Amino acid sequence: MVPVIEFQLDPSSGVATYLQLAQQVRQALRLGLLQVGDQLPTAREVVAKLAINPNTVLKAYRELERERLVGARPGQGTFVLRSLPGPGSVAVAGFSRELNAWITKARAAGFSPDDIEALYRTAMRACFSEGAA
Amino acid sequence: MTTAIETTGLGRRYGRHWALRECSLSLPSGRVTGLVGPNGAGKTTLLHLAVGLLAPSTGEVRVLGAPPRAPETRSKVAFVAQDKPLYPRFTVTDTLRMGGWLNPGFDQEVASGHLARLGVPLHERVGRLSGGQQAQVALALAVGKRPQLLLLDEPVANLDPLARREFMQVLMEEVAETGMSVVFSSHLIEDLSRACDYLVLMSQSRIQLSACTEDLLAVHQIVTGPSSHAETITSTHTVVRASYTARQANLLIRARAPVTDPAFTARPVTLEELVLAYMSQPDAAIAPALRAVRSATEVSR
Repeated sequence: MVPVIEFQLDPSSGVATYLQLAQQVRQALRLGLLQVGDQLPTAREVVAKLAINPNTVLKAYRELERERLVGARPGQGTFVLRSLPGPGSVAVAGFSRELNAWITKARAAGFSPDDIEALYRTAMRACFSEGAA
Repeated sequence: MTTAIETTGLGRRYGRHWALRECSLSLPSGRVTGLVGPNGAGKTTLLHLAVGLLAPSTGEVRVLGAPPRAPETRSKVAFVAQDKPLYPRFTVTDTLRMGGWLNPGFDQEVASGHLARLGVPLHERVGRLSGGQQAQVALALAVGKRPQLLLLDEPVANLDPLARREFMQVLMEEVAETGMSVVFSSHLIEDLSRACDYLVLMSQSRIQLSACTEDLLAVHQIVTGPSSHAETITSTHTVVRASYTARQANLLIRARAPVTDPAFTARPVTLEELVLAYMSQPDAAIAPALRAVRSATEVSR
């Protein structure tokens, strides 16, 4: 059987491989490329393409399991349990509108795209490291 | 949990020259371990000691819990040497048949399956194959043995990028399929960072660093900030590599705590930066201080 999705790696992103895999599954869920009941590629299928360590794939899948997005069926594989709101959903649209308004405001105040990205990254780091502590 | 390779005080001397000395390490099983270091650091010597091709001058090595030359060890361990010795006048099929005669439990289907899929002509003489195809034949012989531990000495050096990728794909597929332990030496950090979850760094005939890659990447950071305040960082953390300008300090550190000084920005380190930093500082031998290896995350199959 041909897997529903195929993973790709961006070695220059600096993002850990297992996180890249998990992100690609979430993105596929948002875009509707993966639907409830679909099987994720097996670890063997993924490593046969990407030449990565099989533990990395299993780690990505465990992360998605913790989020209850997928579930492992012993002896069969890992399957999608639920979907994620796509770009068209009401919740996403609201945040997207607020973010657009904020970026417009920052730009009007004279911030360059680099400045804005730096601000965003710093804020992300601050919020998520607080959450982790 | 058993270890793939365990050495205590292992050393090997050629005349007055030590090719390997004071090597004590414990490589967990079920992992893919990368062996890195400059040429002449002792990587090949360590691998040859582990498969029993060399006898130690000092110390001891145990493989899967037993001496490397014990018959029960030999049946569980496979080794692909750097020059990939094959009989050039044998056909691929003959080579695999020989593998079957020499190794009880040899799996012809596994061995020929990969080769057939990659389009390696089974009736061709090995000497007429491309370098990439010969490497695949050597790998097929090794994995056909169904080893618990596979050691490879620079298996992808001299291969073109496509052949290299195909070699690593088959290797990783076999790891996924069987859960075998792998130890391979390489200079190609991209392959190492994709394939390895454990890293051994060697320099000047000694082990410099030996740890799970995830732990290594978690504890090392690159920190940039004013030179005048660098002491706040250097007094708290271990500095692996430092470069200073009159105003700016650029430090690769092993962090002992989160870097909180707002004057400094910290970012994660890549495996390449980490390896290069240690290789350029052969005296930064701080391996023993790294916290105990986390219990291996098992491959659940």
